[in-house]
Amino acid sequence: MAQPVIQFRDVSKVFRRANGRGDLLAVDKLSFEVAPGEIVAVLGKTGCGKSTMFNLVAGLIEPSSGEVAVSGHDPFRDFEFFRGKVGIVFQGDRLMPWRTALANVLLGLEILDAEPSKAQAVARGWLARLGLAGHENDYPHALSGGMRQRVSIARAFAVEPELLLCDEPFSSLDEMTARDLRAEFVRLVRQNGKTAVFITHQIGEAMEIGDRVLVLHRPARIAFETRMSQAIDGAARQQIHQTILDVLALEAPGGSS
Amino acid sequence: MTWNPRLVRILQATASTLVIAGVWQFASLFFPHYLFPPVPDIVTRTIAILFSWPLLSEVLVTAARIFAGLLGAFVLGCVMALAIGRSPRIESYVTPVLVFLQGIPALSWVVIAIIWFHGIEFRIFFIMVLTTLPAFTFQILDAFRSMSKELFEMTMSFRPRRWTLFRVLIVPTIVPGIFTAWKVNLGNAARVVVVAELVGATGGVGYELLRQQQLFDMAGAIAWTLQLVLFVLVVQQTITAIETWALRYRAVSERAM
Repeated sequence: MAQPVIQFRDVSKVFRRANGRGDLLAVDKLSFEVAPGEIVAVLGKTGCGKSTMFNLVAGLIEPSSGEVAVSGHDPFRDFEFFRGKVGIVFQGDRLMPWRTALANVLLGLEILDAEPSKAQAVARGWLARLGLAGHENDYPHALSGGMRQRVSIARAFAVEPELLLCDEPFSSLDEMTARDLRAEFVRLVRQNGKTAVFITHQIGEAMEIGDRVLVLHRPARIAFETRMSQAIDGAARQQIHQTILDVLALEAPGGSS
Repeated sequence: MTWNPRLVRILQATASTLVIAGVWQFASLFFPHYLFPPVPDIVTRTIAILFSWPLLSEVLVTAARIFAGLLGAFVLGCVMALAIGRSPRIESYVTPVLVFLQGIPALSWVVIAIIWFHGIEFRIFFIMVLTTLPAFTFQILDAFRSMSKELFEMTMSFRPRRWTLFRVLIVPTIVPGIFTAWKVNLGNAARVVVVAELVGATGGVGYELLRQQQLFDMAGAIAWTLQLVLFVLVVQQTITAIETWALRYRAVSERAM
């Protein structure tokens, strides 16, 4: 079996609260793996620690205990190793307002010191693939929410990352736009043979995108896991949907289940 | 009929200037001319300075001193602001010093500079830097601290080198603060340079003002003052034009126009 792209081994993350109000356990001895080419959807209620888990994979924060490995390396400490290897689509579009759509897509390529003319061609190509041809020179404020999120997807894909991380990227969009972008996203991931972790709080979205769905309870630990290959027909899908709903309902508002 | 907002602003500024000139002219009918010289005399003297190279060069000397002082304070302020922004330890040492410097009147610096230094130009440069440094530092530091955490994380996800991070994120973030700092400090610098020249120089607008005082020549005093006002206005407009171009990415509400 190929080496997993992501490995979590007994990972915990504790945040120190301000004003000495004690510690907050956000991730509790979480262990899971993501295989190459797999799309894993991570589902959970708001505040269950999904984004903390996401930040651990992205190397934006360090675990308090346990081990996080991405492609066999520590994403927090091996800063240089991950240059160009991870693409992230955040919850908000996080476009730089002073850069045009094209310049925003070029950002990652600039950081990777890509040859300018080649980078321009790549960035224009991604904008065109995402239906933004003709908007290259528009500033973010002149684009709609859906268009801005497309630019951020193009920015993540343009660097040809091995791993794509998405933190509820379509949650602020209307349902029609979100549906189109979801389909587009899955198509791009499959076409390009990427590994992806997709965080969401919508059951339908998780089932539509993921090869595997992980359901988290607070503090982040796996409460349920299923492979969507088991959903061979509508009835099986309905069954999985109901099970996930039941698992989510088990979690008390305070976080203990 | 819709008036051009720019034209309206110019007409409003012209109207208020004409009112002040009218009141002055009216006063000149009732007071001796050494107190309220007629407006045409002041205009004639002002134009005479502008079209006489020896006199105009005095204005240019003052302008050069202002620019040199501002540039020195700006460079030093940028370095200090970025150092403070990156290190709480540096902040705890440097900020009290800057607050202390802020409380020292410009005239005290003039006296100190005259006692400490022999060269006139260095004296003025020293005074200009010391009086404008705290404002530059604090304004640029504020701009640095207003850097979006979201954009920082997004940029860091591409794992940039330090210099690239500085170029693609930090510089664009602090640029609006730099423009504000220059506009605010320009006015301060124009006031301080006159004090410095008045006491410790043998040329420049401040020195000329001192001569007019000794000659009891109010028209001359106002004409020289107007040179400085004109200089500040021209530079302010230039900075605003550059700022408008550099910050053209900002969305402007039609209601705000």
